[in-house]
Amino acid sequence: MGRLATFAHRLGSPRWFFDITGPWLVVLSVIGIALVAMGSVWGLVFAPEDYQQGNSFRIIYVHVPTAHLAEALYLAMGAAGVVLLVWRMKLADMFIAVTAPVGMAITGVALLTGAVWGKPTWGAWWVWDARTTSVLVLFFLYLGLMALRQAVPGTERAGRAVAVLAIVGTVNVPIIKYSVDWWLTLHQPASFSLTEQPSMPAEMWLPLLVNVIGFYCFVAAVVLAGLRNEILERESDTAWVRDWLLRAQPGSGS
Amino acid sequence: MMVLAQAGRDLRIAFRSRGEATHPLAFFVLAVTLFGLGLGSDLKTLGAVSVVAVWVIALLACMLAAESLFRRDFEDGTLEQMLLHGRPVFLAVLGKLAAHWCVSGLPLVVFAPLAGFMLQAPGPALPILVLSLAVGTPTLTAIGAIAAALTAGLGRGGLLLALISLPLYVPVLVFGASASVVAASGSSAVPQLLWLLAMLAAALTFAPFAVGFALRLSQEY
Repeated sequence: MGRLATFAHRLGSPRWFFDITGPWLVVLSVIGIALVAMGSVWGLVFAPEDYQQGNSFRIIYVHVPTAHLAEALYLAMGAAGVVLLVWRMKLADMFIAVTAPVGMAITGVALLTGAVWGKPTWGAWWVWDARTTSVLVLFFLYLGLMALRQAVPGTERAGRAVAVLAIVGTVNVPIIKYSVDWWLTLHQPASFSLTEQPSMPAEMWLPLLVNVIGFYCFVAAVVLAGLRNEILERESDTAWVRDWLLRAQPGSGS
Repeated sequence: MMVLAQAGRDLRIAFRSRGEATHPLAFFVLAVTLFGLGLGSDLKTLGAVSVVAVWVIALLACMLAAESLFRRDFEDGTLEQMLLHGRPVFLAVLGKLAAHWCVSGLPLVVFAPLAGFMLQAPGPALPILVLSLAVGTPTLTAIGAIAAALTAGLGRGGLLLALISLPLYVPVLVFGASASVVAASGSSAVPQLLWLLAMLAAALTFAPFAVGFALRLSQEY
């Protein structure tokens, strides 16, 4: 077996995952918090004002990372759904269960910051613009996933039902995006593109890049922490969890 | 064959319980009436929003109808037999969808011009409204079927089904409503109609798989 195959095989064991991710959690949290702090201070205080939008443009330092994450997290759940249905990997289900509320919160922040920015720029809190609308739909897709998980009895059956919905939703996300894009367009084009030179000066987009990476690390840490809790909860009747809990007793170190 | 047999059976059942089969249409006409009453004194505004209103109401009618797609079969065990009999579930689902659309979607398409007249829709928009509904509502049925299959047997269909299916309906509504709006202003609605057709093709290809899988889950306890 190649190394990748071994890794994938081991991922099937929540216990192994729990054991190796302890240090990752610390590293991701530290990097995430440090980068978000750095990017936010840099962007909110030191970056130059926009010649048209003045200071109000600075909300992009929160808005763009959260909007990116809102979509990325949903796509990640769709991918995890495929993994769950094809390989029956329990960890994938736990990932979906933990990510849905985080993704919904992030989507909410993206919508909220968008509205706050829209007021001075477009003159209205809410506009039926293409991208705001598709993010709103995304918010409801998250909501549907969580509602379905609560309604279906049995952890395993609920997990697979949610995975089906996550996959169907993932197929729909680009269609929703393009259909709405094509119908209503008011939003400015994407701030970042992998293929094009950014139109902003470096002192404006560099802090944004720092914040995007920082938000990704921070959210990864949050999801990872949730995932570790979920593992402990679902495996709570196994011997290794009991042993771990005993070792983690205060005073004995972990 | 399989598709026709399944569709024929479902249609016969629907025909024998006519009362239930007319519910989506009754809801459609009622909702259009309520809408017209609400805006009745302002004919100009009514005409301007009419096609969009007809589309949204048709969409809601399709969603409400989807709830009953598998309910009876789930309760009397037919669904279990359908999953057990060893022939492709895909085809059986396709047959069920066809029959369900004939009962719940087709009447809406037929009565759409009437609804359009009631709401003072501009004349040139009516043929496109009918066409876009004819192409769009089967897609709605297919998407609704996924949500119905996921919630089959949970005993709390209604709102959960709405929560799951409505976001997925967005693209169909966008193209359907915009086709009619564009036609009302006198331009060509062909691109929108082609998009609707493309979504129908995709929905009919993929949705039955998802439905079949979700129905299997509904048999687990």
